Amino acid sequence: MIDLSSSESLVSDDIDLSKTVGEIYADDAKMSMRNVNVFYDEKQAIDNVSLDLARNQVTALIGPSGCGKSTFLRCLNRMNDTIPICRVEGDLRLEDEDIYAKKLDPVLLRARVGMVFQKPNPFPKSIYDNVAYGPKIHGLATNKAELDEIVVSSLQRAGLFNEVKDRLDAPGTGLSGGQQQRLCIARTIAVSPEVILMDEPASALDPIATAVIEELIDELREKYTIAIVTHSMQQAARVSQTTAYFHMGKLVEMGKTEQIFTNPVHELTENYITGRFG
Amino acid sequence: MNSSTLIFVILFLALFSYWFGIQRSVKMAGGITKVKYLASLPRQYGLLTALWCGLPALIVLFIWSAFESSVLESLLIGVLPAEIQALPSAELGLYLNDIKIIAAEPILDLSSQNEALEKYQAANYLQNITANAAWLKSALIVVVALTSVGFIISRFSTEFGARVKLENIVRVVLMACSGIAVLTTLGIILSVLFESIQFFSAVPPWEFLFGTEWSPQTAMRTDQVAGSGAFGAIPLFAGTLLITAIAMVFSVPVGLMTAIYLSQYASPRLRSIAKPMLEILAGVPTVVYGFFAALTVAPFIRDTGDLMGLSVASESALAAGIVMGIMIIPFVSSLSDDAINAVPKALKEGSLGMGATLSETIKLVLLPAAIPGIVGAILLAVSRAIGETMIVVMAAGMAANLTANPLESVTTVTVQIVTLLTGDQEFDSPKTLAAFALGLMLFVTTLALNVFALKVVRKYREQYD
Repeated sequence: MIDLSSSESLVSDDIDLSKTVGEIYADDAKMSMRNVNVFYDEKQAIDNVSLDLARNQVTALIGPSGCGKSTFLRCLNRMNDTIPICRVEGDLRLEDEDIYAKKLDPVLLRARVGMVFQKPNPFPKSIYDNVAYGPKIHGLATNKAELDEIVVSSLQRAGLFNEVKDRLDAPGTGLSGGQQQRLCIARTIAVSPEVILMDEPASALDPIATAVIEELIDELREKYTIAIVTHSMQQAARVSQTTAYFHMGKLVEMGKTEQIFTNPVHELTENYITGRFG
Repeated sequence: MNSSTLIFVILFLALFSYWFGIQRSVKMAGGITKVKYLASLPRQYGLLTALWCGLPALIVLFIWSAFESSVLESLLIGVLPAEIQALPSAELGLYLNDIKIIAAEPILDLSSQNEALEKYQAANYLQNITANAAWLKSALIVVVALTSVGFIISRFSTEFGARVKLENIVRVVLMACSGIAVLTTLGIILSVLFESIQFFSAVPPWEFLFGTEWSPQTAMRTDQVAGSGAFGAIPLFAGTLLITAIAMVFSVPVGLMTAIYLSQYASPRLRSIAKPMLEILAGVPTVVYGFFAALTVAPFIRDTGDLMGLSVASESALAAGIVMGIMIIPFVSSLSDDAINAVPKALKEGSLGMGATLSETIKLVLLPAAIPGIVGAILLAVSRAIGETMIVVMAAGMAANLTANPLESVTTVTVQIVTLLTGDQEFDSPKTLAAFALGLMLFVTTLALNVFALKVVRKYREQYD
């Protein structure tokens, strides 16, 4: 997947990729990952990555295509389990609980660590049923009134309620792209997760819809811990407090977003954020 | 020359035209180095010339062959004495047949009878005009081939777009090929329709459609003891429906669950083994299923029924239905598998990402999204079951019972068509004509189901592409 020979011209030989520069530890970590390695069959996609997700903060994972940032994100709620050839090693913890422990049920983990995908993927059901899907599965509501309450508050928190309140029975697939993505966010927060993982959530949206989503992410930070993979450096700079730069399966640099974008330490980070490659 | 020789001649002429077309275009360009100034490549000029040579000639040959015998026959009738021309068509046919036999193998010892002499003369005439026709055909075809080559060559110029003309010819040829299937369907419909109309002039349609008694054997002679000749198709369609329903009750759940297992749960390795195995099941000839049903399943069901104190006919609807269901499993599973796999992966991940289990995801997201495709698969399977013949011929029995009891023997539309027509050559009694009416009904039913199924499948395709 990664063509070594072509990227070598951009990376001089004396650049040290062996260890991460910057600050990977958070004072108040919601999730902490240590020495994570991910393999697809024999091919290594993530090479010894350690980092923390700080509580109630947005952590942006950036890097060129194929650098492993999406793979890493999908390890955090064990979505990689659905790929038979994928193998994850290392110590990954959510509030000190090993999320790869044998006795841990990945289904329950995914209720605590929700995910929003690149392409809006509402189910071919009504807007109401889309949001009610998770609460119904997990038995979060004991009666219709409680379910209504969860659906309405989730839509409100996703900033979608005013736009759809008159047509909750309309199919979710009939909404615009930006609305669909906010519906997916509402669907995710309806099960009250602790962490929300976002895999390029705005890459399929126009600039106005993107701005709405970014504003929403900033608001959601108050209640949730968020990790976002993005290709847009402006987006990372706008929404995140911490930024991690991945390169060829390694975590190159991590630190305060301000510092990464104004004063990167590592040469590769600087090359990437100044647009020399990526 | 006979037709097969002529085809070789046409092919040879076409080959020559190919070469000629190339030479001609190169010369027209002014040498091999200037070929690039031509509107098309030399081999395209060559191919176009060859097609212009071969196609019209083949068409003429085809039309000639189609009409030759009837034209010759009417010429022959024209020279016969007036009293023979006035014979009824059946007797005239016999007379003409005699002439043709004599013409093919002339019997040298002439009998003195007047009539035989007349026949011999007519045969002589027939031989003459046949020989003339053969010559005329050969000459005409060669002339047509050469004329059309000459015509197309005369139009060659450096701006002549042989490429475009070639494309047009290719399009027409392809269109003609696809037309064959359409025309065949049309032909089948028409022939069945005409025979059915004949049947319905003997038996009123309402009696056929709504009658509840089926006993098509009619007496040939007055002293024969035979059936009453009742043509009520209801028991047959009821039998077909019963067996189809049993088959679907058996195959839809099994096929659907197979599809779910193979597409969602099975490891790639298991899938790569199990899928071809299922396809083998689809490739087993239905006659093999037939004796599996008659020799294994039917006795097993009868014995089991006896153990439970039920009386089971040795040829029961249940046995035929179950085996037909087994036959249909690969249809349902393979098409449902496609439908489930066509649901975007993002939906599955979205559901799993919310903390739904795989079975919840399948039940709440994948199956609802795939349901139109699955319905299409089931409808196609139903139309396959309705038209299925061999299994029911061997396992379902012949008695036209109007019953809903799956343990009794019933008969189906296809079985009756087979029994009505086997061994018969004359299709003029209501008994044999009834087969065509049944065929028409069957055709209309399966056609309607297929159209409906395709519509459902198409609607579903539009949803995700």
